[in-house]
Amino acid sequence: MAKHETPLLDQLESGPWPSFVSDLKQEAESRAKNEKGIEYQIPVDVCEDLLGVLELSFKHGRTHWKHGGIVGVFGYGGGVIGRYCDQPQMFPGVAHFHTMRVNQPAGKFYTTEYLRNICDLWDLRGSGITNMHGSTGDIILLGTTTPQLEEIFFELTHTYNQDLGGSGSNLRTPSDCVGQARCEWACYDTQAICHDLTVEYQDELHRPAFPYKFKFKFDGCPNCCVASIARADISFVGTWRDDIKIDQEAVAAYVGGELPSNGGSHAGRDWGPFDIQKEVIDLCPTECMWLEDGKLMIDNRECTRCMHCINVMPRALRIGDDRGCSMLVGAKAPILDGAQMGSLLVPFIKVEEPYDEIKEVIESIWDYWMEEGKNRERLGELMKRQGFQKLLEMTNIKAVPQHVQEPRHNPYIFWKEDEVEGGFQRDVNEFRKHHQR
Amino acid sequence: MDYEEAKEKIVAGLTKKKSKSKFYFNDLAKILDLKPRVAKKLINQMVTEEVLEYWSSGSTSLYGLKGAGKQAHAEHED
Ligand code: HEM
Ligand code: HEM
Ligand code: SF4
Ligand code: SF4
Repeated sequence: MAKHETPLLDQLESGPWPSFVSDLKQEAESRAKNEKGIEYQIPVDVCEDLLGVLELSFKHGRTHWKHGGIVGVFGYGGGVIGRYCDQPQMFPGVAHFHTMRVNQPAGKFYTTEYLRNICDLWDLRGSGITNMHGSTGDIILLGTTTPQLEEIFFELTHTYNQDLGGSGSNLRTPSDCVGQARCEWACYDTQAICHDLTVEYQDELHRPAFPYKFKFKFDGCPNCCVASIARADISFVGTWRDDIKIDQEAVAAYVGGELPSNGGSHAGRDWGPFDIQKEVIDLCPTECMWLEDGKLMIDNRECTRCMHCINVMPRALRIGDDRGCSMLVGAKAPILDGAQMGSLLVPFIKVEEPYDEIKEVIESIWDYWMEEGKNRERLGELMKRQGFQKLLEMTNIKAVPQHVQEPRHNPYIFWKEDEVEGGFQRDVNEFRKHHQR
Repeated sequence: MDYEEAKEKIVAGLTKKKSKSKFYFNDLAKILDLKPRVAKKLINQMVTEEVLEYWSSGSTSLYGLKGAGKQAHAEHED
């Protein structure tokens, strides 16, 4: 018999999808049984009370969580998100229900032993409820009490060699795609730079001094498996400068049906024979591909590295060899000014240790944003308010054609006097030699 | 600016503002009249020495004098 009646939540379970309500009930039952004989350090019925307070919120149409809190671990301004229930008498199990963010390893590689250890620690000192992984990328441990925070932090850092992630006005836990570990399209080692910058910018990760959150995300190629272009203040998207490598024999094999297109995905249905014209050439967004005497041709000057043709015919087409990444800035989710995609700032940069050139760009952006950004203003909003030209100036980057999103959008370019040869003053007498009054 | 001077300025500056108990990092940098990245070192030390404490909504971080403000009360588990 459940501790609280939850008819509204029970109804959610009737849908066709996996249900978090069922998951919470399962965890509640497992804690109540306690087959492993765990000495729970927070209330055993935390999951029941969580279901109870959620049911009450549904009934009232308003939240019963307070806003924010002072909790944290010593010396860190992020990684713990304080949450307190405003009905602690009714739901004592969730009177405190703090979230801890655990900095996931680059590429999210775990051993089963590591995962078991984290879960055991969380069963003992937390609610047992996890979120693998949050949108930022971290392992999210949901629900513990204030006295447990330091204990958990000590165990994580001393026993499991594991740090907390970022929250609040910090650098958020950097995250990356699986990259060269498994993917032949990775144009740089996403895991290496993700780890390097995480270590380099520990202070920014743990001690909040930014106007608001700031995210790095690393995608090895424009397929953008971590969607960096849509949700990172700085997105690092792998790309290449030379030509797509073409294996004409393999092209013929795709055309002849010997190789399945798209690596055999979408195979659940018969789509008819592969049509290279319809499925590749006509879908190239820059229209830079054509067939010539049965050979596939690409005008690489026009190709924007969208990845479409490579995704469809991975055995025939491969990324180029002169590899690096593009840096885009200012993407963010809808809060305040509406959603924004990243704007291209650095069209191509080599991604090589110790990444000095990249760090220079990052730090010049931070200097600018920390000085000029309003409280709670994301980089993307500051760029919109002050203009891309200002960002170029502050980062010392010269305007190049790739910065133009589309021609004729805004024909006005303002030159400063020191950018114009000879300044704005002219010699009238010299002018009059050539032009009559 | 040395640490003691910065601390005095911050404590005086924050005590003066009766209506608020939590402040953005930029407010502190302004009190010190320093560039943010220079101010950060001093302010970090004030947190370490428990002159200041962090407050976080989860998405935004604020700073306050240790123990100031209603929330601290609510959280002393009384
Ligand atoms: C029969 C003669 C002409 C026709 C039919 C014509 C037509 C056009 C058209 C359709 C556009 C595009 C407008 C747009 O994209 O919004 C255009 C733009 C333009 N034309 Fe012409 N044009 C003619 C003669 C000329 C001449 C003689 C000049 C200069 C001496 C000229 C200068 C321009 C300029 C500067 C623009 C760009 C305006 C902008 O960027 O907003 N055109 N013209
Ligand atoms: C390098 C030379 C030139 C440049 C860079 C230039 C640039 C421009 C620009 C940026 C505009 C404003 C477009 C808009 O507001 O949509 C414009 C408008 C115009 N230009 Fe030029 N222009 C040039 C030469 C000329 C010449 C040689 C003529 C005529 C003989 C001309 C005639 C006009 C006219 C009629 C307009 C439209 C004005 C209006 O809409 O009220 N331009 N030009
Ligand atoms: S973003 Fe590109 S390189 Fe990274 S895993 Fe996805 S397809 Fe591979
Ligand atoms: S990568 Fe995209 S733009 Fe480039 S050739 Fe292939 S389909 Fe066209």
